[in-house]
Amino acid sequence: MTIKKHLKTGFSALALSLTISTAATAADEGPIKVGILHSLSGTMAISESTLKDTMLMLIEKQNAEGGVMGRQLEPVVVDPASNWPLFAEKARELLAKEKVDVIFGNWTSVSRKSVLPVVEELNGLLFYPVQYEGEESSENVFYTGAAPNQQAIPAVDYLMNEVGVKRWVLAGTDYVYPRTTNKILETYLKDHGVAQEDIMINYTPFGHSNWQSIVSDIKKFGSAGKKTAVVSTINGDANVPFYRELANQGIDAADIPVVAFSVGEQELSGIDTGPLVGHLAAWNYFMSVDADANYDFIDQWIEYTGKEDAVTNDPMEAHYIGFNMYIEAVKKAGTTDVDAVKDAIIGVSVPNLTGGYATMMPNHHITKPVLIGEIQDNGQFSVVWQTPSTVAGDAWSDFLPGSKDLISDWRKPLFCGNYNVVEKTCGGKAEVAAQ
Amino acid sequence: MSITRSLKQLLMACLLTLPALVHAQASDEQAQSLLKQLADASYAEKGRIINDIAGSGDERARQWLEAFADGKLARVEEDTDVAPADTFVIVLENRGRDWTVADALTGDEIGEISRRNLDSIRINNALRGELDGILSVIDLKVDDPEQRLAAARGLRGSVDDAMVENLSELMAEEENNSVKAALEEAIAIYRVEELGDVDAVETLSGSLNSQARAALNAASRSDDAALAKAAKEAMVSIEQKLKMNRAAETLYFGLSLGSVLVLAAIGLAITFGVMGVINMAHGELIMLGAYTTWGMQQLLPGQPGLALILSIPAGFLVAALAGIAIERSVIQFLKGRPLETLLATFGISLILQQLVRTVISPLNRTVITPEWMSGSFMVNEGLFLTLNRLYIIGFSLVVFAGLMLIMRKTRLGLEVRAVTQNRAMARSMGIKATRVDIMTFALGSGVAGLAGVALSQITNVGPNLGQNYIIDSFMVVVFGGVGNLWGTLVAGLSLGTINQLLEPWAGAVLAKILVLVFIILFIQKRPRGLFPQKGRAAEG
Repeated sequence: MTIKKHLKTGFSALALSLTISTAATAADEGPIKVGILHSLSGTMAISESTLKDTMLMLIEKQNAEGGVMGRQLEPVVVDPASNWPLFAEKARELLAKEKVDVIFGNWTSVSRKSVLPVVEELNGLLFYPVQYEGEESSENVFYTGAAPNQQAIPAVDYLMNEVGVKRWVLAGTDYVYPRTTNKILETYLKDHGVAQEDIMINYTPFGHSNWQSIVSDIKKFGSAGKKTAVVSTINGDANVPFYRELANQGIDAADIPVVAFSVGEQELSGIDTGPLVGHLAAWNYFMSVDADANYDFIDQWIEYTGKEDAVTNDPMEAHYIGFNMYIEAVKKAGTTDVDAVKDAIIGVSVPNLTGGYATMMPNHHITKPVLIGEIQDNGQFSVVWQTPSTVAGDAWSDFLPGSKDLISDWRKPLFCGNYNVVEKTCGGKAEVAAQ
Repeated sequence: MSITRSLKQLLMACLLTLPALVHAQASDEQAQSLLKQLADASYAEKGRIINDIAGSGDERARQWLEAFADGKLARVEEDTDVAPADTFVIVLENRGRDWTVADALTGDEIGEISRRNLDSIRINNALRGELDGILSVIDLKVDDPEQRLAAARGLRGSVDDAMVENLSELMAEEENNSVKAALEEAIAIYRVEELGDVDAVETLSGSLNSQARAALNAASRSDDAALAKAAKEAMVSIEQKLKMNRAAETLYFGLSLGSVLVLAAIGLAITFGVMGVINMAHGELIMLGAYTTWGMQQLLPGQPGLALILSIPAGFLVAALAGIAIERSVIQFLKGRPLETLLATFGISLILQQLVRTVISPLNRTVITPEWMSGSFMVNEGLFLTLNRLYIIGFSLVVFAGLMLIMRKTRLGLEVRAVTQNRAMARSMGIKATRVDIMTFALGSGVAGLAGVALSQITNVGPNLGQNYIIDSFMVVVFGGVGNLWGTLVAGLSLGTINQLLEPWAGAVLAKILVLVFIILFIQKRPRGLFPQKGRAAEG
């Protein structure tokens, strides 16, 4: 390489860095605006308003510590009112009008799906904190909740290997998350030699309250002499009458354990948990986890809410991790510029609340430990098993025919959310390959 | 069979040979060391240590094991004011940040320790199952026959070689017949399973117990032709019984769902049928009744049963007063304009929901089910009737009968019927039609309140409660024939039963759709429902 060429490269690099720094200064003035997109009214307010408060608490604490790079954080709260199309409108408002630097939000998959095209079009950043059905990867979305391989699959492994379950009831609410999860689980179980007649699948509407005949069916299904378990993707309110009926019909956790993926501390706070002791849940965090980081977080939360009996839950931890990852990425990039943060955040590692670390993977999912907890009489979970190390989230399930050849890698040169390793092509848009 | 399992069996056998509970006292050092082992062990090892503790003869052992089973046995991690590190404690109260504890060795309450400094000894379902077995063997010797019966029932399926002789002796001495029968069954299951004993099949032949069925099932596939044949015959008779049970169970489910529908709809039947008011806020009046139950339980903490009983009149009053307010403030001005009433009451329903969200909370409230309403009533070993539903069936029949009496036997009922049939004529006869309207609406609303009290025992008490029942209520009223109380009863019970018949076959979602389709077709045929109202007003 000649000297001349050297000089030229050096010069263009210098020029390039100058442009970047000017662009950066333009974006890097004033407070960092954090959009909070959670329902504060309507049916999802129960779960999502807690997450809004969590974000406000985290922002307050960060500001008290001097903000980031000398800049304060400014929350911008909007209320999409549990109305899925309104989520898209509010996301647009946050990005286009409020010019927020990042959004934390959404709970249901349908709301995320409605926001997805907006954050992609306007090149925003969205941190999504809830466990979901997977089958998605977007360059603008960071999934800090669990993918199916970080919750459902390890839970089934636990029941199969440690409890010796041979017969399976897959019970869920009738919408996308349970249906996709159950499809993945059905394939997984069959791959492990479970016969079709040993799998019972049942769907119920949202808010279902008359569980008599279904619970009785489960009891009948479980009396065939093989160890039976229920894998529950029943959502929200419907869980209360479900568990109540289980208790009344005398189904004990020792006979037919129920493992739930969407029942956490908050849901249990509305139920008398005495008869439910021993039923299970699989999450990446429980309030009862014995770690200093967790106790500090709980104390902070109790102080913030002013309620001595306030509970914490898994999606709160997911926001805690996502928020700290964002802060780290901004520091690493030295700017809040979206593309720079997107590149910087891959590989960022921050403490989780269970005493370990979470790392952002190139597929925009994070590493998490998987914990199985049994319900205790005080509405908390006692951890009975956990994965020996953390598990990296899979954007695409290995157990669905349409997606098992897909990988997601948002680093250059691949920079693709659904790269097909067999055909060696990138499918383009994030959701094209779904189904 | 795993090592822990065999160890457990051995221990159970040893416990059985003890004349009674031997009250030997292990030294505190021994006890401390056993508890320490339990705390440090893996789940697999804990099974063995439980046995050591149970076998130590220490009279405190049972207390430790029970606390362990409840997840309330804990170790203090660091020195605190009340206890030094490594003290073992039994947690008495485990809510909040500081937990009240008692010293596990002395049993004395020693104060509060932060949950940060407590390390609960972990237990899982498998260990809990083992503990149940051990505790039930101990229980076989207690004085209370109920406790013995539960223990004997718990033993079915877990008897083995080492235990069987002692169990047989116990059985011979047993005076209570039910306990005796349960023990006999437990031994028979063991004989069929392990020895392939044909005579024991006889004992099991009528049994509906699932362990017994599993044993017979396995035996019917046995190589021993005589055994397989006997087991198959026994299974046939059991299957027959089970079929009957299942039919009875489905009927029960249907009636119980039906009675819930009747309760929810019957108040609506009064206002809709008698006054012609389409009250979209009916669901929210139900919700008010449910919240009254919650409120009562807040007023009377620790007495959920009494609170529930007092909620019956209170729920009626609260909803009736709300009904009067709605009638006076809105409905009276919209008389004879059903569509406007519909819209106005829909508005009221939204207001009431949001009011509850703002004033109380958007979160669901916990309503406690009293002891005497939880669990099931056992008809036989294959048929259990859940108690909360049983009470609701009874309650809805009482409410129905009460309303019938009011409509048929009281002055109010007479006036209501008169105003319904011919308002102008009734007024000219001196009946104050306006007063009758208020009373009717209050009655219908009050009954909605009663429905709410009942529903609080089976579903969520939250702002959305009413919405979930309004459609069902209209369905029942329209199907039954507007304004006819008998129609509401028959319609509610039959729709409930149809739904429960369809559900196991079609699933919950499809069953609901099919019921709606059925009603649409039925209304096509008979537009006035099952029991059409007769008379001039209805014809007009």
